[in-house]
Amino acid sequence: MVIRKTMILLLLLVIMPAVYAKEAQPLAADPALENKVYAITSELRCLVCQNQTIAESHADLAIDLKNQIRGMVKAGQTEDQIKKYMVHRYGDFVLYRPPLMKTTYLLWGGPFLLLVIGFTVLLFNLRRRRTLVADDAPLSAEEAQKLNTLLHKQDEKTEEGESKS
Amino acid sequence: MVRFLVPLIVFIVVAGFLYVGLGLNPREVPSPFINKPAPDFTLHQLDAPEKTFSNKDMLGKVWLLNVWASWCVACREENPLMVQFSRANIVPIYGLNYKDAPDDAKNWLQQLGNPFIANAEDNKGNVGINYGVYGVPETFIIDKQGVIRHKVIGPITPEILDTCVVPLVQKLQAATGGTVVTRNMVKGCV
Amino acid sequence: MIPEIGHFALIMALCVALVQGIVSIAGAQLGIRSWMSMSRPAAQVMFVFVAISFFCLMYAFINNDFSVRYVAETSNSLLPLHYRIAAMWGGHEGSLMLWIMILSVWTFAVALFSRHLPKEMVARVLGVMGLVAVGFILFMLFTSNPFERLLPAAADGRDLNPLLQDPGLVIHPPMLYTGYVGFSVAFAFAIAALLGGHLDATWARWSRPWTAVAWIFLTLGITLGSAWSYYELGWGGWWFWDPVENASFMPWLVGTALVHSLAVTEKRGSFKNWTVLLAIFTFSLSLLGTFLVRSGVLTSVHAFATDPKRGVFILIFLLIVIGGSLTLYAWRAPRVGLGGKFKLVSRETFLLANNVMLVVAAGAVLLGTLYPLILDALKMGKISVGPPYFDTVFLPIMVPMVFLMGVGPLARWKQSQLPDIATRLKWAAVISVIMALILPFIMGSWHALTSLGFAMAFWVFSSVVVGLRERISRTKGDGLLMRIASLPKAYLGMNLAHLGVGVFIIGVTIVKTYAVEKDVRMDVGDTVEMGGYTFRFDGVKEVKGPNYTAHRGQILVTRGGKTETVLFPEKRNYYVQTMPTTEASIDTGLFRDLYVSLGESVGKGAWAVRVYYKPFVVWIWGGCVIMALGGLLAISDRRYRLAARKERETAVSDVTPASKKGLAAEDK
Repeated sequence: MVIRKTMILLLLLVIMPAVYAKEAQPLAADPALENKVYAITSELRCLVCQNQTIAESHADLAIDLKNQIRGMVKAGQTEDQIKKYMVHRYGDFVLYRPPLMKTTYLLWGGPFLLLVIGFTVLLFNLRRRRTLVADDAPLSAEEAQKLNTLLHKQDEKTEEGESKS
Repeated sequence: MVRFLVPLIVFIVVAGFLYVGLGLNPREVPSPFINKPAPDFTLHQLDAPEKTFSNKDMLGKVWLLNVWASWCVACREENPLMVQFSRANIVPIYGLNYKDAPDDAKNWLQQLGNPFIANAEDNKGNVGINYGVYGVPETFIIDKQGVIRHKVIGPITPEILDTCVVPLVQKLQAATGGTVVTRNMVKGCV
Repeated sequence: MIPEIGHFALIMALCVALVQGIVSIAGAQLGIRSWMSMSRPAAQVMFVFVAISFFCLMYAFINNDFSVRYVAETSNSLLPLHYRIAAMWGGHEGSLMLWIMILSVWTFAVALFSRHLPKEMVARVLGVMGLVAVGFILFMLFTSNPFERLLPAAADGRDLNPLLQDPGLVIHPPMLYTGYVGFSVAFAFAIAALLGGHLDATWARWSRPWTAVAWIFLTLGITLGSAWSYYELGWGGWWFWDPVENASFMPWLVGTALVHSLAVTEKRGSFKNWTVLLAIFTFSLSLLGTFLVRSGVLTSVHAFATDPKRGVFILIFLLIVIGGSLTLYAWRAPRVGLGGKFKLVSRETFLLANNVMLVVAAGAVLLGTLYPLILDALKMGKISVGPPYFDTVFLPIMVPMVFLMGVGPLARWKQSQLPDIATRLKWAAVISVIMALILPFIMGSWHALTSLGFAMAFWVFSSVVVGLRERISRTKGDGLLMRIASLPKAYLGMNLAHLGVGVFIIGVTIVKTYAVEKDVRMDVGDTVEMGGYTFRFDGVKEVKGPNYTAHRGQILVTRGGKTETVLFPEKRNYYVQTMPTTEASIDTGLFRDLYVSLGESVGKGAWAVRVYYKPFVVWIWGGCVIMALGGLLAISDRRYRLAARKERETAVSDVTPASKKGLAAEDK
């Protein structure tokens, strides 16, 4: 009887968590809002860290700014407005995506420019090569014969070698 | 023939930049407020919570706004110099107590010395954010029209005081009417 | 006493390296045989001295000798043994010691395996490596001496940064450095060739295996670093375009171009100048990386404690080594011939195009990494260049490159026809497009970039298959596997490496598009669903580690009722550095990672937990490992096997000149 009761009690104890357990609630009050905040803060630089985004950083200032930005997103501000807010206070340094301005034309255009230069130089060199490298003079009959025998011997040796290894 | 020299030339240019880079601080965030009006704020005073302090109170005067906190180690380093400087009465110094507990702040001032005429309490740090504060201590030099003319990042040293702060303050105080004084006019500030 | 021996050994190593450098090269230039003969023994003696120094430092770490300042700064008596050893290269001074040790090992290896090279070449190669060693040892002795004493000795050390207390520290730096330093061999060969004026196909052949091995190690080193940050940092990222990461990626990109270029120079005698320049360029980028990490010029999570004084020293060293080699290049290169001729459409051209793109990619990374510095130096403002820039800029360069990767191997040397190649690749293109359109729907949702990723990956896979099929059909033998096995290892290696790229692309594409993350508050018994799996929180208990205490959570993962695994994420508090670290718990699978990270306690036994479902994420590193295996397979080709060469060598010397010519003709 006692054993039965104990078993039932144990069973209940095991089931209870399952009964009271629920689908875990998202930590953030509003996950959709949080996603927006994350998207914005992951392109902003944490000013007191060694190269981290505000999204990842646990620094006090980063958390303060994250909260500030969350408030702004809730109030309906756009990503552009929020970025302007941050740049107004901390300068362009705070943006991990460098804005397109006079001083960054070379940055954004650079890789494309490099590509164009690279291929231009390549084509130029290929053309030069064509005119500079002498054409192979045709072989005489005797030389052609020699070539054939050598190649034949070579093929044999190669097959031999390959079947060995 | 010249094209073989291109890699060398490019390298030398890059090396030049690297050399200059050795003298720069990649983590320093320059203030975008230089030569712009100081953002407005009104906060309660640390020593007299019923009174408020605002940057607008200081229009017509050249003044220093020093951002500090009792938990800040470097502020401790700066304090003796600040106290000494305040006694010289060259320029009024006001404090922005940033993200601090009032009691801790008051104790700190009592223990170490108080260079401030008054302190504005910025517990939540919102005013700090508006001023682009990212590390304490930071000191703003503000002119008679309420325009920020320079920001010292980190503790003020005797050298910074002598070569930048004092000369700039004196120039700003001497300026009349329409004359614009910027920090570029003071060698030690640039 | 031991640290002093280590210090002394380092000084001796410097002297020997000086001799090795100066005497060998002078001997080669002046034709003095006795001087040239010094290079090998000098390399061996230098290796012994450096090894002594290295192991003296290790001894100090193992025995907790806190009278050595560097040990006191980086280690701690509570640190487990394997971390005490790895802590040796956890800081600036020790990492230089590792650098020098690995350089000595490479130098020793070159001295050992270069019997077949002409004396002048050996002397020059070892001489150059000796001079590089001189630079590094001087740097250590003057600015970064790991044997400096701390008097009075510290009672205990400051402990190793908890983030570094991980198996990753034991293996990632040695692998990475082996790669970085290994490119000094290709560099030395290039300088030797320029000095001697013998820039020909044989130079490329000698250089190739060394370069390939260095490339393999660098590939693995970077891969390990990426995987380490993935599981260590707690939020599932694997690449951040951090300046130090870029510093390792740039030599890899140019090194890959070098490996390809060497193949052409060896086979066709073409691109000699360009290959030499790439060899110089690759090692220069290694050195530049060394500079960037230690000079304080850039901010990085990986940077060592910075000191501009050290920066000046390295910069001067860079000027001498890189400036010197580029000057030598400008002087000697014009005299070098152009090599074999080839048409506009040919494998040579495709390889050159691949080179151009790899170098442009490296250039783009360099531009982005240095741009903030450039603007700041010119007083044009302060900006940051981060992942948004690199991600945007890198893809447009990668796409054409991957496209060419499918075309190049199918093109013939010297001359090829575009329409012919296009026909052969017709089905590859079709498969790529079909997969690109269908797979995203199968995986869950369709996005343009995802589609592009699949297109690229399947283009790689199908073009490799096309190439293999064509080649196999030309091979004699029974059974598919027999025929594949009989193909030259270099050819198989190439295909395997390219397959690796495809695998990598699949991993990146799928993880970036279909990963799921949930940040939840969990009470005991709470569950969260993701990717078909159910995660149940079973509470947190306190545990003790060798030098930390931790809160360890228990998460049961089930799928369709059946237990999949149990995960134990931890939040650790280390005694000495009191830095809380998050140790994620990951169940790795071929097709998905289940990744759980413990956040903060939110009271009453409930905790914040971050749960990730990351499909195909191991394919990212798997792809890189496959690339490295491809490289390994390629160098196992019998052409490089020493024994085979030795046989031929001795056979040649035994034989009369007439037959010698015949045998030599076979030597491809």
